[in-house]
Amino acid sequence: MIQVRDLYKQFGKNEVLKGINLDIKQGEVVVIIGPSGSGKSTLLRCLNLIEMPTSGDIFFQGQSILDKKTNINKVREQIGMVFQQFNLFPHMTVLDNITFAPRKLLKLSKEEAYQLAVKLLKKINLEQKIDAYPSSLSGGQKQRIAIVRALAMNPKVMLFDEPTSALDPEMVGEVLAVMKQLALEGMTMVVVTHEMGFAREVGSRVLFMDEGQIIEEGTPQEIFTNPKHPRTREFLSKVL
Amino acid sequence: MPNLQRTRRIENAKSSLIVIALVAIVLIILSQMNFAFVGKYKHFYIQGTINTIVLAFFAVIFGVIFGVVISLMRISNSQVLKIVSASYVEFIRGTPLLVQLYIIYYGLPMLGIRFFDIRLPLIGTIPGDFIAGIVTLSINSAAYVSEIIRAGIQAVDKGQMEASRSLGLTYATSMRYVIFPQALKNILPALGNEFIVVIKESSIVSVIGIADLMYKADTVRTNTFQPFEPLIFAALIYFILTFGLSKLLGIIEKRMKISDSSS
Repeated sequence: MIQVRDLYKQFGKNEVLKGINLDIKQGEVVVIIGPSGSGKSTLLRCLNLIEMPTSGDIFFQGQSILDKKTNINKVREQIGMVFQQFNLFPHMTVLDNITFAPRKLLKLSKEEAYQLAVKLLKKINLEQKIDAYPSSLSGGQKQRIAIVRALAMNPKVMLFDEPTSALDPEMVGEVLAVMKQLALEGMTMVVVTHEMGFAREVGSRVLFMDEGQIIEEGTPQEIFTNPKHPRTREFLSKVL
Repeated sequence: MPNLQRTRRIENAKSSLIVIALVAIVLIILSQMNFAFVGKYKHFYIQGTINTIVLAFFAVIFGVIFGVVISLMRISNSQVLKIVSASYVEFIRGTPLLVQLYIIYYGLPMLGIRFFDIRLPLIGTIPGDFIAGIVTLSINSAAYVSEIIRAGIQAVDKGQMEASRSLGLTYATSMRYVIFPQALKNILPALGNEFIVVIKESSIVSVIGIADLMYKADTVRTNTFQPFEPLIFAALIYFILTFGLSKLLGIIEKRMKISDSSS
């Protein structure tokens, strides 16, 4: 579904990604782990061109998204993204947050959009918050709504950029539960996280990144019980 | 929180008392002066005040319109637009308003650009000189307004644009529905300040003979041979205009905050 070929990214003189190759298949849950500054978030942000790669190519459903002829907005409609800082729109209600993009882009009527929002909110047990503003929600609620906002566009892939890192510990569970449910429903997911438990339980494949490169990849079992590379071992010994 | 409200009320009462005391002191000083001319020359002041308000009103309107355009150029991705708008802002901010006024009033006609009288419903005829004043003040104000708007837009968290674009929305749609409504809350208070500045700075057009409040006050001075009191009276009118405006803006701001917190 997504192919990354020889991807490089520099910020000024700082080389953050050094030749990434990656294939993500339909229905996979790819979890990217690694120390901070290893380029995991940058890689994720390159997948929908929120960050522009310096060189290399990215294919989404066989089509290069870096091609000048590709309409990146159309591609982004099919790639949902969830951010560490939630990034809900503070001046819109939960309803408007969820339905803003579908109404503008999928041309849903007010009624259709409302039904969609109710359906999605029921999934995360927050339908009573439909008229609330984000400022009145807890971090966990905000992030669950941010997930649902991305789902409202009915994307084919979901990208998660450290979705639980800005949350109080007691709220991490509720967000991970939504993500797990999503994985069970067959959603293709790419998740950058420090939640090793989630990686082990839900991930179909785990990538370990360090210094802009994918050092090691394999099933959760391979990575967590029998890491081959010394740097993977070192990292896991610190976080587990 | 009734307690908080109570302390606030006491604070308000205190500050009103101080204001009243200050006003009393000023009144005592003023009572030593001779304001008998006001009766005879009140039409001068009324006409001058109206002219100042009209001048400031149009300068603010056009200043905001130009200012929005320039700020959008400033945050665009085009290097050319960026350089043009940045130079504009730097030039206007780096030269005195008086020089700008002379350049436009004396300079442009030498290049063949003349200012004609304009007839408007309700307001009546606006003379050409007046137009030159409005143009100068608008051009000047636009530079400051554009900086206010640029700062307001850039103060909105970058994640907002990223989230909007990640949903597939275009830059323009994101700007209009996501960034701008949030930026407005940063912009409005500073913009109110700019309006007040325009009212005050508009007094400079009196040097090219536009009959604004300052010009009229000068006329009264020469007619009455009183060098001081006519200016004090003009200052008072300026103050009423700016203070009234700032109170009005304060009310509007408060309204916005209430609608914000109830949301």
